[in-house]
Amino acid sequence: MSRDQLAAWIAGVRKVLGMPDYAAYCAHVRQAHPGTPMPSEREYFELYLKARYEGGPNRCC
Amino acid sequence: MPNILWIVAALASAAGWGAIALHRGETISAAWLLLAAIGSYLIAWRFYSRFLASRVMALDDARITPAHRHANGRDFVVTTKWVLFGHHFAAIAGAGPLVGPVLAAQFGYLPGTLWIIIGVILGGAVQDFVILVGSMRQDGKSLGQMAKEELGATTGILAMIAILAIMVILLAVLALVVVRALEHSPWGVFTILCTIPIALIMGFWMKVWRPGKTVEASIFGIIMLMAALVGGRYVAASPTLAPMFTADGMTIGWAIIAYGFVASVIPVWMLLCPRDYLSTFLKVGTILALAVGIFVTLPEIRLPALTRFTDGSGPIFAGSLFPFCFITIACGAISGFHALVASGTTPKMVDRETDARLIGYGAMLTESFVAIMALIAAASLDPAVYFAMNAPLPILGGNIDAAIVTIRGWGFVLQPGQLEALAAQMGESSLLARTGGAPSLAVGMAQVFAGAFGPSLTALWYHFAIMFEALFILTTVDTGTRVGRFMVQELAGHVWKPLGRTSWYPATVVASAAIVAGWGWFLLQGVQDPLGGINALWPLFGISNQLLAAVALTVATTLIIRSGRARYAWTTILPLGWVLLVTTTASWQKLFHSDPRIGFLAHAAKLATDAANGTMVQATASRLILNDRINAALCGAFVLVTWAVVVSGIRVWMQRTASGEQRTAGEAVA
Repeated sequence: MSRDQLAAWIAGVRKVLGMPDYAAYCAHVRQAHPGTPMPSEREYFELYLKARYEGGPNRCC
Repeated sequence: MPNILWIVAALASAAGWGAIALHRGETISAAWLLLAAIGSYLIAWRFYSRFLASRVMALDDARITPAHRHANGRDFVVTTKWVLFGHHFAAIAGAGPLVGPVLAAQFGYLPGTLWIIIGVILGGAVQDFVILVGSMRQDGKSLGQMAKEELGATTGILAMIAILAIMVILLAVLALVVVRALEHSPWGVFTILCTIPIALIMGFWMKVWRPGKTVEASIFGIIMLMAALVGGRYVAASPTLAPMFTADGMTIGWAIIAYGFVASVIPVWMLLCPRDYLSTFLKVGTILALAVGIFVTLPEIRLPALTRFTDGSGPIFAGSLFPFCFITIACGAISGFHALVASGTTPKMVDRETDARLIGYGAMLTESFVAIMALIAAASLDPAVYFAMNAPLPILGGNIDAAIVTIRGWGFVLQPGQLEALAAQMGESSLLARTGGAPSLAVGMAQVFAGAFGPSLTALWYHFAIMFEALFILTTVDTGTRVGRFMVQELAGHVWKPLGRTSWYPATVVASAAIVAGWGWFLLQGVQDPLGGINALWPLFGISNQLLAAVALTVATTLIIRSGRARYAWTTILPLGWVLLVTTTASWQKLFHSDPRIGFLAHAAKLATDAANGTMVQATASRLILNDRINAALCGAFVLVTWAVVVSGIRVWMQRTASGEQRTAGEAVA
């Protein structure tokens, strides 16, 4: 398994467990909003928590 | 998949069903149940889900999904198909599909197996899929918002109230399962208590010390969790420590209430988010391990296909096979609650429309398989042990000697000393009347794991299973209380604006207290119930969950009709009709049945007579009568609200089809 494949697997597992993915977020910001300052990992974590836990139910019975 | 493999799948399913049909009065291997289930799922996947995807919902990859349109790197994130399948499955799977089939096994293994497999194919998976696609085409709108837009503002608010009331019952009954599993179990209490400091350390780790490093914090958490599990054995064996961690039901009940309140008002990163990771990891891992264990051991199904309790005289919960089997097994066959998740985080992450088939329909088939595994774990127990563990103590006769006589009367033989030996093997002081389903599932799982991975660790496996269930139920309590709080604030905001502000701390505290008081009241009522509480609360939970499914299927039907495909509306009307028939009958019986074991009102009348005759203390009777009346009122209110939603749905359908005003699937989305 190459390094890239391993990284993709880990990213997949993180997403299944509902964990944040800072690298993917950086890639999104670079692509969608080039030139804007990159939020730090700490700032991103805040945004992630808000998006994940302040919406509707994300867990079931 | 080449055609030959679909033929193999069809033959496997036929062989499985054939073996189930022909083996009567003798034990059969779990292999036949597994074949019947997996073969049926594959056939349903190949044909029915394809029909739903291409004809009914007309999935089209040319249509851009919200994950692309609104990509923000946070909630709107393009996610590959299989990863999102895993994510969605982890979100919908919970305690419901594990506990329901265990309780319904009192009818024998056959009714549960049939309902879990048929129900998911024609009902549960259809609902999850259609709601997922509907929400995905409307930028990830929630079920409540869709109900409001499709059926009108009043109906929308009714649907929101129904959702809130269901949350309250759901949280109460799940918390009750934990209370019953941890009562007088120092090993279990110690392990679960340890999860709180472990989660706090993880929270500070990933928020303060090393921001965003969730993976390393979680690895630390898992290692500590396993240490706590092993340590629990020494706590339980220690004469000084064991009493400190031994608690009765009321103490544990109040502790869960306090915990739920605190967890919902402190920041999410401290407790809720780390516990979420731990429980999801454990949940996915344990379900995979259980699947491996069951395939390796292929246990014998020792429970009969049908028991004598199909007539309604069952000790675990009263009520006959129809309708009570179909509400007891809610989540593994059809679960209204899934519609909230399918219209929550998942639709915002779908990459291509056609992926929704695997994510919506496929994940629900997988959840149904979890229910089949839970059923196998329970049905592979000695039936005498199953009933000794799950029937309430007063029904068993009050002690082990009386229980042996009672169970012999039911046609099963419990050997003297058998249950005590099993309890010692599991590291527990007693297994008699451990109601709630979780302990007997844990015994079944421990036996499966011991068969697959070696018998030396049976007690550890038992407590691992208890920890796994308790951990993710408590995570549901945290997240559910928080979500319930948002709902209370949204509804209260209609009455007085400031209450709706989620950033205003006093409003947060008041709304959290309100929701905790709601489920806490039902929890304590269940804990104090002479018959253990599960027998009264689980049917109420099942009814409410299936009624929510009726609301979701009404919205789903409206979506299909409005997209101009009324000729395919039968795909959601069929399960809607069944769910309405089941829940309305069950609610009617819970309200008005003359048997006091079934009807709330008949039970209240019997208590009043007992108190008048002096066979019961007046204060106790008054408290139980109040419980009965509140349960009855809630049950009645559920049905009325649901029927109001369904009737307004039917009116919208008739207007649409009469006026011919039909949107094409393409323009419906803008």
